[in-house]
Amino acid sequence: MQINFNSDKTIFIQIAEGIEDAILSGAFSEESQIPSITEFSVTYKINPATALKGINILVDNDIVYKKRGLGMFVATGAKEKLKEKRKDQFYDSYIVGLLAEAKRLNLSEEDIKTMIERGYEQ
Amino acid sequence: MNCIEVKNITKNYGRTCALDNVSLCFEENKIYGLLGRNGAGKSTLLNVITNRIFADSGEVFVDGQPIEGNDAALGKLYLMSEKTNYPEKMKVKHAFSWSKNFYPGFDAAYAASLAEKFELDTNKMIKSLSTGYNSIFKLIIALSVNTPYVLLDEPVLGLDANHRELFYRILLEKYSEHPCTIIISTHLIEEVSGLIENVIIIKKSKIIKDESCEELLSQGYTVSGSASNVDTYISNQNVLGADTIGGLKSAYILGTRNTEIPEGIEISKLDLQKLFIKLTN
Repeated sequence: MQINFNSDKTIFIQIAEGIEDAILSGAFSEESQIPSITEFSVTYKINPATALKGINILVDNDIVYKKRGLGMFVATGAKEKLKEKRKDQFYDSYIVGLLAEAKRLNLSEEDIKTMIERGYEQ
Repeated sequence: MNCIEVKNITKNYGRTCALDNVSLCFEENKIYGLLGRNGAGKSTLLNVITNRIFADSGEVFVDGQPIEGNDAALGKLYLMSEKTNYPEKMKVKHAFSWSKNFYPGFDAAYAASLAEKFELDTNKMIKSLSTGYNSIFKLIIALSVNTPYVLLDEPVLGLDANHRELFYRILLEKYSEHPCTIIISTHLIEEVSGLIENVIIIKKSKIIKDESCEELLSQGYTVSGSASNVDTYISNQNVLGADTIGGLKSAYILGTRNTEIPEGIEISKLDLQKLFIKLTN
């Protein structure tokens, strides 16, 4: 997980997405504890309020839950939920940009399809 | 409400105005970045707040109490300044033990543990410390006094990259576990931009920005593309400055972003350092 201070994305969004990526990759498994606010704050040199804001997004979406006095844990079913969410975002995250670049390069629909097929063959 | 309140402070040095009718509020348990160019008035402000120099007019209140001649209010503040206010021939370890007499909350064991982390030899005399270690010595005291308000004027002066990194980590650890109000005056803006919650920009003795860091950053953005496209897009906008190279242009804007982005235009973030440079040029 990396925080890019020059990114157009705010730091708290990057924290939320970084944790999501870790859950998707299995680095943070379901029902396991995630690092504390202090750990995120110290490791990435960010204000604890920023780290809290990022984690609260995940709490609000039931990806992560708080156990009083113990810390924060990955919810059961979080991975599946995140996969669904990322699938919904796939078009906006990848296809829109791909088509814009294709247009700049005068690549036809056929060209793109051929390339996608090539990708699957490899 | 617990806070440091600065009310209409004006300070002149002869004909030079250092602070011009400055009013501010530093809220409880927040980390502030006090940014300004050389000679903007940062150190004067910190010294006025801690009653080390006296303003020509205006007042400072700590938790509602005026600071003037008020030991109880002043005891809540600690300023790490450029000046080393300890006797030169005193050894570091004695400076630590003396600090307890002035600041009852001083944690000598914690100071000793920090000295070990920074590899500061506490048997050395203060005057024999290098610039970097002099800063480290003062930082350790600032981190160990446990006052509700800690003011750091150029805390990382002369520190190498490793020690700066260590300092930021220790500061955040300390702040997470025992929140207090921290005011950091620094020129190394990039290094603190993630750390600070609120930012205050002082320019030529006046406050020009005083808001949450996130809020301020959300207002600044860069528009780049061909010069003609950029010029069309930025007309009627608050343009802070622009750079051109060949037919390409990047303009720096302060304001709300247009949601519609025309083709051939790229919008990207303006980081705190760049924003600061553009605002204070």
